[in-house]
Amino acid sequence: MKIGALTEVFPGENRVAMTPDSATQLAKLGHSACIQSGAGMKAGFSDALYTAAGVTVLPTAAEVIAASDVIVKVRGPEAAELSTLAEGQTLISFFWPAQNPELLEAAAKKNLTVVAMDMVPRISRAQKMDALSSMANIAGYRAVIEAGNNFGRFFTGQVTAAGKVPPAKVLIVGAGVAGLAAIGTSVSLGAIVHAFDVRPEVAEQIESMGANFVFLEFEATQDGAATGGYAAPSSPEFREKQLAKFRELAPEMDIVITTALIPGRPAPKLWTEDMVKLMKPGSVIVDLAAERGGNCDLTVPDQKIVTDNGVTIVGYTDFPSRMAAQSSTLYSTNIRHMLTDLTPKKDGVILHNMEDDVIRGATVAHVGAVTYPPPPPKIAAIAAAKPKEKVKELTPEERRANEVAAFKAQTRNQVGLLVVGGGLMLLAGLYAPASFMSHFIVFVLSVFVGFQVIWNVSHSLHTPLMAVTNAISSIIILGALMQIGSGNWLVVILAALSVFMAGINIFGGFMVTRRMLAMFQKS
Amino acid sequence: MDYGFTTAAYVVAAVLFILSLGGLSGQESAKRAVWYGIVGMALAVAATLYGPGAGNWLISLVMIAVGGAIGWVVAQRVQMTEMPQLVAAMHSLVGLAAVFIGFNTHIELVRVAGMDEAARALLDGFAATVAHKSGVEISILRVETFLGIFIGAVTFTGSVIAYGKLAGKVDGKAKKLPGGHLLNAAAAVISLVMLVIYLQTGSSLAMIAMTVAALFIGYHLIMGIGGADMPVVVSMLNSYSGWAAAAIGFSLSNDLLIVVGALVGSSGAILSYIMCKAMNRSFISVILGGFGGTTGPAMEVVGEQIAIDTEGVAAALNDADSIIIIPGYGMAVAQAQQSVSELTRKLRAKGKTVRFAIHPVAGRLPGHMNVLLAEAKVPYDIVLEMDEINEDFPSTDVAIVIGSNDIVNPAAQEDPNSPIAGMPVLECWKAKQVFVSKRGQGTGYSGIENPLFYKENTRMFYGDAKKSLDALLPLID
Repeated sequence: MKIGALTEVFPGENRVAMTPDSATQLAKLGHSACIQSGAGMKAGFSDALYTAAGVTVLPTAAEVIAASDVIVKVRGPEAAELSTLAEGQTLISFFWPAQNPELLEAAAKKNLTVVAMDMVPRISRAQKMDALSSMANIAGYRAVIEAGNNFGRFFTGQVTAAGKVPPAKVLIVGAGVAGLAAIGTSVSLGAIVHAFDVRPEVAEQIESMGANFVFLEFEATQDGAATGGYAAPSSPEFREKQLAKFRELAPEMDIVITTALIPGRPAPKLWTEDMVKLMKPGSVIVDLAAERGGNCDLTVPDQKIVTDNGVTIVGYTDFPSRMAAQSSTLYSTNIRHMLTDLTPKKDGVILHNMEDDVIRGATVAHVGAVTYPPPPPKIAAIAAAKPKEKVKELTPEERRANEVAAFKAQTRNQVGLLVVGGGLMLLAGLYAPASFMSHFIVFVLSVFVGFQVIWNVSHSLHTPLMAVTNAISSIIILGALMQIGSGNWLVVILAALSVFMAGINIFGGFMVTRRMLAMFQKS
Repeated sequence: MDYGFTTAAYVVAAVLFILSLGGLSGQESAKRAVWYGIVGMALAVAATLYGPGAGNWLISLVMIAVGGAIGWVVAQRVQMTEMPQLVAAMHSLVGLAAVFIGFNTHIELVRVAGMDEAARALLDGFAATVAHKSGVEISILRVETFLGIFIGAVTFTGSVIAYGKLAGKVDGKAKKLPGGHLLNAAAAVISLVMLVIYLQTGSSLAMIAMTVAALFIGYHLIMGIGGADMPVVVSMLNSYSGWAAAAIGFSLSNDLLIVVGALVGSSGAILSYIMCKAMNRSFISVILGGFGGTTGPAMEVVGEQIAIDTEGVAAALNDADSIIIIPGYGMAVAQAQQSVSELTRKLRAKGKTVRFAIHPVAGRLPGHMNVLLAEAKVPYDIVLEMDEINEDFPSTDVAIVIGSNDIVNPAAQEDPNSPIAGMPVLECWKAKQVFVSKRGQGTGYSGIENPLFYKENTRMFYGDAKKSLDALLPLID
């Protein structure tokens, strides 16, 4: 099939849906590719690079549409753009079907097959085509870079000959993909990073990235997680608690990056005007939720403003587009993976398998019908979080009491064993002859010594231990040697055989132990 | 005079043996400790040859020389992966020797009993000691001999079967004759009855009947235990061989035999205990064979196994800073330890932290993995036990699982209905990324589904462990 990539018409959009690299990979699937002239220009891919990768460069959008079976794009089509597509064509791009019902209707009427990259279900198998995550990752990174650009100090603390520089303090609100990327970037720049999320189970992820999880004392924090790894709206009481915590943190923070989004709703207002007033002059707020109204009260979408008290608020909505080369590479790879799934036989023939969870989920229009919303996937995206068992913190008194109890129990056990053992011993002594008892005492003491000694043997030496005990258990040879002098021929033969077998064991056991031990070497 | 000297030599030998076992607490001191053992053994044998009761020096020395030569050659040639078989085979020799010596004691008893006073006075050596025993002492001697033969016979057939299973000559699956443990119990009861008869009459027939019953118990008991429980079985047989020696020591009134038998017996018992604890199973349930019944349906495993190719693994390893390798029996089977060592060397040369996590029951013998890695020249200070390393997984970039399954099964912690619930496992899934080198899909020895393979951060690296690693090596730069 012929895959065609169009130039983005949205003003300020720099990304492109096909790179020379992804085109080469598409060729391996049996597809041929074409691209509108200049489509990759703003992302740093010239027409010449595409030609070199075997892509046909066509001068206008109309020609690309005419030449291809599948059209790939970044942004969803505008109404005018959609009307230029040919009947029965396949379109792969972001689409936001929930926000654009009319557009979807129009697409279905034109008999288009629309694969919406924003509808790829969040399951492990589909991660490689999850364009939202790859874009969010870039946005999180870029947010830190934008913040740094507007922040007048170092991120990392330094002690220099010219004085001491404190490290920047960064607060990340919302630890989704973008939030975690922002945490990683700011930590690697040397800042002290705090992060907050309504889902307590991400605390581990936050800490694994090197940030401190801002812990909120609240009974029912567990309600924060909805399905698919997104946050759900929280209760008013919880919200109040949360804002109080932010108010407490605001004066200390130099940089605040907010990434809180709830699917299908305007962004929650988490950073209120009074918090901005509390912040120090020169601080920076980067609002990644600006497109949905912003997490900060004062955010102006697509603009950078400076408040009266000198706080810069960055409300850009095009972070991925600002790193067009990187985001185009990742996005085109996501598209390529989608096409790989659509071309199961790698023979250049697209098989639109509506039974496949991933393909079904992402397809919003197919053979003249709207297929949005998809049925729930057969496998749950993420297992529902199990309520964590709370380990009760013990007070020092309780702990001490426990220790005392354990010690007492141990003492009781030991004393009990000693009494029983001693009793049995005395009982045996009453009946057994003295000659037996003297051997018996040796036996008991040896067992005791054996237990004491063997517990100290290092785990890694258990195999040599077995080999050496094997060798020394051949001490049984002594018995045979004592009997071999007997006058009975049968005894002599059996004893000789025993000596023979024990001989094998003694030499074999010690030799192999030595061989093994010689191998253990320190680095 | 002679007797005093022998006893003195025995005391020294006993001390040397204790030091020899105690020295195994560290890798360096162990190298010295094994010499204590050798000297102790030489001293004990020399003192016995010199002491009372010994005769036929020529036969003794020739037998020791021939046996020693065989042992020497076997020890030189054996592959480190074959250690479990070797250890099992050696146990069987000790068991058989114990049976023979027990029989000898019995024969001497019969012979002495048939003599008159004059003939008894002429006896020397062991027969003389027997001749001087009182009635009660004779009874005790009979019990001791009987016990020695019983334990020895169980050890002998048990070890032979264990050897067969470990060497792949006998099917490793748990198998029982119809009747199962009832047969064992019946054989044990027969032995007990025979003991009573023997005590009363001293009949040879009772002795032989018991020996046959004991041989059957050893055979049937070990046949009923499956491959993954072998570490427990081998250490258990180790323990038995010690107790057999101790029982023989009692019957011969030889303190050194008693001391050493007790040392070996308790050593094997402790090892069995450690192994059982590592599998969260009781000793009884291991002996009874097979995994215990589940208490409910196993947790549904969601997700899918995602495969990865050599390039993917190489890229992740090149990026990683800290790596933990978890070897298992599969590594031994594929003989991949050299490749693992080479991989470790290359990664360490690039300044990455590479460590090994060893589960107590990895392999078929306690400490099996340590010996294999040592053979491949992996330095022992980067080979850590489960308790030392389990907490480090969250801060590890890549965990590589090579040929192990149950010991890295998260079901042990997550699924209370799992047959291995509560068994301590290596928490490798907490690492950022896990690669599992495995021959193909399918469950491990225990037949339990492993949710680790379905985790989001797990990638399956299918193929023979050695071949996959060899393919991986050139890609690490």
